[in-house]
Amino acid sequence: MGADKDLLSSSLSQDYAYGFSSEIETETLAAGLDESVVRLISEKKGEPPWLLAWRLDAYAKWLDMEEPRWAKLSFPPIDYQKMIYYASPKQKKGPKSLDEVDPALLETFNKLGIPLREQEALSGVAMDVVLDSSSVATTFKKTLSDLGIIFCSFGEAVQTHPELVRKYLGRVVPSSDNYFAALNSAVFSDGSFCYIPKGVRCPMELSTYFRINAMNTGQFERTLIVAEDETYVSYLEGCTAPRRDENQLHAAVVEIYAARDAEVKYSTVQNWYPGDKDGKGGIYNFVTKRGLCAGTRAKISWTQVETGSAITWKYPSCILKGDHSVGEFYSVAISNHHQQADTGTKMIHIGKDTRSRVVSKGISAGQGQNTYRGQVQILPSAAGARNFSQCDSLLLGSSCGAHTFPYIDVSNPTAVVEHEATTSKIGEEQIFYCHQRGIDTENAVALIVNGYAKEVLKQLPMEFTVEAQKLLGLSLEGSVG
Amino acid sequence: MLSIKDLHVSAEDKPILKGLNLSVNAGEVHAIMGPNGSGKSTMASFLAGREGYHLLRGKVQFKGKDLLSLAPEERAGEGLFLAFQYPVEIPGLGSLQFLKTALQEIRKYRAQEKLKTTEFMKIVHQHAETMGIAMEMLTRPLNEGFSGGEKKRHEIFQMAVLSPSLSILDETDSGLDIDALRTVAKGVNALRAKKNAMILITHYQRLLDYIVPDKVHILFEGQIIKSGSKLLAQELEKKGYEELIASYQKKLSDTSA
Repeated sequence: MGADKDLLSSSLSQDYAYGFSSEIETETLAAGLDESVVRLISEKKGEPPWLLAWRLDAYAKWLDMEEPRWAKLSFPPIDYQKMIYYASPKQKKGPKSLDEVDPALLETFNKLGIPLREQEALSGVAMDVVLDSSSVATTFKKTLSDLGIIFCSFGEAVQTHPELVRKYLGRVVPSSDNYFAALNSAVFSDGSFCYIPKGVRCPMELSTYFRINAMNTGQFERTLIVAEDETYVSYLEGCTAPRRDENQLHAAVVEIYAARDAEVKYSTVQNWYPGDKDGKGGIYNFVTKRGLCAGTRAKISWTQVETGSAITWKYPSCILKGDHSVGEFYSVAISNHHQQADTGTKMIHIGKDTRSRVVSKGISAGQGQNTYRGQVQILPSAAGARNFSQCDSLLLGSSCGAHTFPYIDVSNPTAVVEHEATTSKIGEEQIFYCHQRGIDTENAVALIVNGYAKEVLKQLPMEFTVEAQKLLGLSLEGSVG
Repeated sequence: MLSIKDLHVSAEDKPILKGLNLSVNAGEVHAIMGPNGSGKSTMASFLAGREGYHLLRGKVQFKGKDLLSLAPEERAGEGLFLAFQYPVEIPGLGSLQFLKTALQEIRKYRAQEKLKTTEFMKIVHQHAETMGIAMEMLTRPLNEGFSGGEKKRHEIFQMAVLSPSLSILDETDSGLDIDALRTVAKGVNALRAKKNAMILITHYQRLLDYIVPDKVHILFEGQIIKSGSKLLAQELEKKGYEELIASYQKKLSDTSA
């Protein structure tokens, strides 16, 4: 074990490649939160009265709530009065094309390896780019609008399709759902809105890159996806954040509504700044993601690759209300250095013959703590419901931890629920075998981990698979000697 | 090619190799035989660079370089290959992806250009045919769910693709039925060449009926106690280790007396 320790201590050298801050002029409110801040955000965004009322109601609820501490996470108290609740890149008017976008902003994306032009030209991916809180560029809108698909910033949707936003906002994640959802509902700045009209299959992957950019700014994104009857859409969300020494709170809400025969695939590659190797800095990621399979045979599939953030608190869930509806959750979560991840899913079976599948692959290295927390609930109405859950943990080194908390609650005798769990270590034998074939430790770990996570990675759209594979290797560089 | 001089190696404070001397030239095939616990597998693992062994004294030169100063992956880059006695499983990792990474890394070490996928596949097809390996098998995760025979054939297949200068086959024949043994031998023989050398580690003479060695060495208690031609293996098969060891021990006590 002595050798093990040396190897580990000589490791952990991989620097966060995206740690820079781009110099774009931002308009920023003073730190602190009270009712006037909520009003000001709403005013800045030119929102209708009903939305202001909704925000104020959420704010009032938030004041009465307590920050949840049940997760297996430890972090110092968050001072909500020290945070800034609104920052927006100063722009004259919304850009009509990329040519009108601030060159410094485009440069930021280039540094991240996401050249918008190439994305636009080569991959056929429409991107609604969120930098801090306001959308600055929306592409491929025309192709989509010809099909009647709405894909725009949340703020824009409030202006152009208020009736749709009003109809669905808070329907899947009510503002009273939890502390962070309530906070988000009160102060959300922007996000994405996506609407697929009846009978339309979205011909391209819809993609949003989020990026925290202004110093000390909490991020409160709001995403709403509505898929009407007989539709299909695949949505990608990817994040990278610049280096920060102070912890930053990120409390996003994603709501998905799937009507009859609608299928929504939501994929995430999350690479927020995880803090340095001593656990200093990093993003606190408290996210509420939930999908409602409202109609018969609706399907919602969550795929996530979580490599970043100092703290991840995230349980993308499915409410399977429609008969024969399907919920899926595929997850790879890495916690290296001092990262902590408490993540999993909830599958709530309400309708008849509903099915859910959970595949969770946790990877712990360094001092990382990785927790799977999953709930499978079969209500009395859910005759013939089926669930299969598989939760695997992989440990690298001997200072990290893996924990599994499955909650299973079955109230219908015809339901079948299966749960499998394994814990394994990357074996010296496996590493030596790779060495003997000429493969060094870093490549060996990347190969082994990608093999381990394959079942999840293959769920990702092609464009993301390669990026995700690289990210897994990078995130664990130096974690085994 | 390989020169081992007075090699002493211990594992968990127990001496295993106690003065091993061996010299292998390019174009030669050497067989190392010996009873259980004589140090055969330790020799193979130690040369490949597995952790857990301590060098007490001695030298190993490989193609003029100090082998023991190289990391295991560098030894592979220099052209040393070990066919494992118990190939490890790596769940989810495609066999071909693994092999391609290995070949590219070895080429990188040698400052050779990256191989195009089409060129790589050409090499794969060529050797898969010789080894009787179905492409379907190569799409499966590395060694996962492979039968014992498949694992061994796959080791030799990897050897063929990576084309090493020195191959050490650690009991590749153990657990093989006669048909599988023939296939493996056919693969090995196809790789015999003037510029390559091989060390076969085995318990049984049976393998040597199919792969005829240039030299046979008997390893006992960490030393080579007798070397000879392929006839030595046949003699051993007839008389067993006991007689050989007894005469070695007699010689030993005669000299010390």
